[in-house]
Amino acid sequence: MLPSGARPGEIEVDDGFGDVEHHGRWLHNPSVVIGGGIVALVVLSGIVSIFWTPYDPLAVNPSHALAAPSMSHWLGTDEYGRDEFSRLMASSQIALFVGALSVLIATAVGIPAGLLAAAREGAISQVILRLTDILYGFPALLAAVVLAAAFGASKMTVVLAIGIAYIPVFIRVTRSNALVVLNSEYVLAARAYGRRTFAILRRHVVPNIATTIIAQMSLLFSLAILAEAALDFLGLGTVAPTASWGTMLASSQDYLGSDALLTVWPSLAIVACVLGFSLLGDGISELREARRRS
Amino acid sequence: MSADESQLSPHHLPSGGAVRGQRGSRTLGTSLRRAGLALLPLLRRLATMVVALFGASVLVFVVLNVLPGSPAEVILGTQATPRAVQQLTAQLGLNKPLINQYLDWMGNLVRGNFGVSYISHQSIGSQIGQALTVTGPLVLFALLIGLLIGLPLGLAGALRNGRVSGSLIGAMSQVGMAVPSVVAGLLLIVVLTVKLHIFPTSGFPGWSDPWQALRALVLPSFSLGVVEGAIMSRYVRASILEQLRSDYLRTARSKGLRVGQALRRHGFRNAAIPLVTVVGLELASLVVGAIVVENVFSLPGLGLLLLDSVNNRDLITVQDIAMLVATTVLVLNLLVDLSYRLLDPRLKGTA
Amino acid sequence: MTALLSVRGLSVSSGPLELVRDVSFDVDAGERVGLIGESGSGKSLTALAVMGLLGEGLRASGSVRLGDEELLEASELRRCQLRGDAIAMVFQEPMSALNPTRRVGDQVGETLRIHRHLSRKAAERAAVDLLSRVEFAEPERYARMYPHELSGGQRQRAMIASAIACDPGVILADEPTTALDVTVQRRVLELLDRLVDEEGCALLLIAHDLAVVSEVCDRVITMYGGRLVESGSVSQIINEPHHPYTQALLATSKALSVSESSLGSQLPSIPGTVPSAGHFPRGCPFQDRCDRRVEACQVMPEVVETDNRALACWNPVVGTSASGGGEAA
Repeated sequence: MLPSGARPGEIEVDDGFGDVEHHGRWLHNPSVVIGGGIVALVVLSGIVSIFWTPYDPLAVNPSHALAAPSMSHWLGTDEYGRDEFSRLMASSQIALFVGALSVLIATAVGIPAGLLAAAREGAISQVILRLTDILYGFPALLAAVVLAAAFGASKMTVVLAIGIAYIPVFIRVTRSNALVVLNSEYVLAARAYGRRTFAILRRHVVPNIATTIIAQMSLLFSLAILAEAALDFLGLGTVAPTASWGTMLASSQDYLGSDALLTVWPSLAIVACVLGFSLLGDGISELREARRRS
Repeated sequence: MSADESQLSPHHLPSGGAVRGQRGSRTLGTSLRRAGLALLPLLRRLATMVVALFGASVLVFVVLNVLPGSPAEVILGTQATPRAVQQLTAQLGLNKPLINQYLDWMGNLVRGNFGVSYISHQSIGSQIGQALTVTGPLVLFALLIGLLIGLPLGLAGALRNGRVSGSLIGAMSQVGMAVPSVVAGLLLIVVLTVKLHIFPTSGFPGWSDPWQALRALVLPSFSLGVVEGAIMSRYVRASILEQLRSDYLRTARSKGLRVGQALRRHGFRNAAIPLVTVVGLELASLVVGAIVVENVFSLPGLGLLLLDSVNNRDLITVQDIAMLVATTVLVLNLLVDLSYRLLDPRLKGTA
Repeated sequence: MTALLSVRGLSVSSGPLELVRDVSFDVDAGERVGLIGESGSGKSLTALAVMGLLGEGLRASGSVRLGDEELLEASELRRCQLRGDAIAMVFQEPMSALNPTRRVGDQVGETLRIHRHLSRKAAERAAVDLLSRVEFAEPERYARMYPHELSGGQRQRAMIASAIACDPGVILADEPTTALDVTVQRRVLELLDRLVDEEGCALLLIAHDLAVVSEVCDRVITMYGGRLVESGSVSQIINEPHHPYTQALLATSKALSVSESSLGSQLPSIPGTVPSAGHFPRGCPFQDRCDRRVEACQVMPEVVETDNRALACWNPVVGTSASGGGEAA
């Protein structure tokens, strides 16, 4: 991220990942290892499910409806005889798609706006912060309800709602972290050399706040998956028959008495996936903290 | 520095006299400022909230009214004659320019008039009021449960930091945070209702029988509250740990207080400052979380009303409830800010 | 006579790492002892070990006796009874050492509420008296203020007030002036000096600057790398340092006071830097930075006591004036 030769005022710059010596520590942090492992598993199953699942996740087979777990259907089948395991796998596509796209929206708007608000005190920063205030009034779920009322339920409604709802989070995180860097002495020195604001943002601020932002992205990914599951459950997101953990939960509601396993599988998938992303985010922040202290 | 420092110091800086002069006027200035400044940031903060509320209302209104197709068509169905649609549109005031419609809506809202649903023809205000008798207690119980779980768990986690039991508590809350309230609700139903028949599955009998009403709220409150407890325990733990590591706690112990006493006298109040923020923000997220849980348990609260309105394309009701929730969230934000100032003497009179 | 505070073979360790090793010294009643060394030498840990306030993961072993009592074996309850009453401490950072959300008077009077069981009212009055003893011109007004409304020097004086509240036999002051403006340092030091005199209590003053210690103390202990390397009376140490490290400290300290009037000239300093904990060389911890290093330095020298002074060095400086130790970096 940086030219290798350190110049005056750039010595303290942190490229966000540290040198070779630091890479070893990533594998010593249990949060990163466990979280990263789960995330890798979810991503893998999402990718694999594009090409292959044990059964077609949408294939209805009434004669096998509500089958118990067996050698042929590892996790059993649902009320239409669809293979639970295949549906769980296919659902991870939706979770990853919604998570990735909504985090992308939130960061694509939030980070530049946060940097701008930090670099330009005064009118611009005030306007950005007031807009942030407005968006704070619309948590993801509420935003999704409003959007679904206007445009109808769909995967994109959910993506848009979650993405917009998390824009203010990124603005605040970016701005407060950027302000710390901008007020540091080596940036003052860089300013004294006559560096332009944009150059300072690129050379000093962005590399310095990168780890924090990445950790925050991982945390928000987990929140996005939580929100997506809730919205799908409410019928505001992914529309049946497409498989998603939230819609699977919703349809399992009718079989709580007879086939509780139908509720258990998607629940486990959601919890594991959310846990994976939040652990990964926590681990990255822990490493960052540890390095800052040393 | 203040007046008596430089007067008694044997080592004067060359500028000592000038500095002293400044200080004299500062003491007078401070007392004057103290009176005026206490109110100023409050007013500023209030003003920014009003602006945010205005922006939020515009946002809600625009999003829900930009789409082509009039609500009248939706109400009357596909077989309606154009004339009937036109008549109803005029009757509902939907042929006026959008800006007028917005002003009508806002004007009524500010006066506490939520309007009449053009689907159910009922007063939206009374429907919301009815729904709040369910959602209000639900959210408060959930918060209470969250605190009852989160405070002791977080405290124990902090005091046992570095030990196996501490890590176990940390792991528990980490997993707890990953459980959506939908999942918690459904699993509670499976275990406590379906298997053990302890609680009613769903629905709400109304407050005419308080005992049954409370019984119906137990599981929903727990679905929200348990997850909330996990979240809060993490904040509590972090906050208490920070106190335990603070220099002033060590000072307190150097005076002869035991760890627990020092924490009680010096730590709790300071730990409470960030926690107030958390409680405020979590209360807001509980209000939103209630939308989901009410749908799991078919509780006739604000969430169910909101979702029914979405499904019926009852846009005015959606608008009203969205504004109500957004206002609640923003007001909670404001209260958090203000309480911060009250609890932390360093922030008195700052903007 | 037996010493009031007697430290024998004190070690502080963090896991397998020994941060303070085998430190022994005495403080007699009413005596003022200075403990000097660069940061990382283990001075503060020694003081915290005496107080029993070591942080998470740190463990003290050896012996710390206060009067007839062995502190390291005392129960936590007993230690709490002694802390603040028989033995008090003033910390380095007066801003963070005071609770930001409690009023100053409240915190100054707290020691009395704990040990003398004064009522809130009585403690408040006592706090005002104490504040006036530490030279607050308007003690009533300052007692009602919060720490952030005070200057650094005022905060530190308030800390001192709370330390002397119960007339302790020993006060440990951990770099009480380091965090303060240069102009205020002397004032706080003189105040501490006067109060210790009036109270007749003993003082263990930790500093990294020999000049500070030589003004206030009777005796000086030098620490480096967690070990005691030299001790003796102030005049012995100032006029005739035997350990190369003490000599180097003395040289930098003298040069500093000279350079105040000759700005622009390079400040002398001890060559090299203090290694981080656990990275000190085997044997004498100072050998890598020492210009008098000999073969024997590979093994840690014993602390030898002669003529009221103690020294741990294989190749001590003898009979020279303290001038050659410091070098311009």
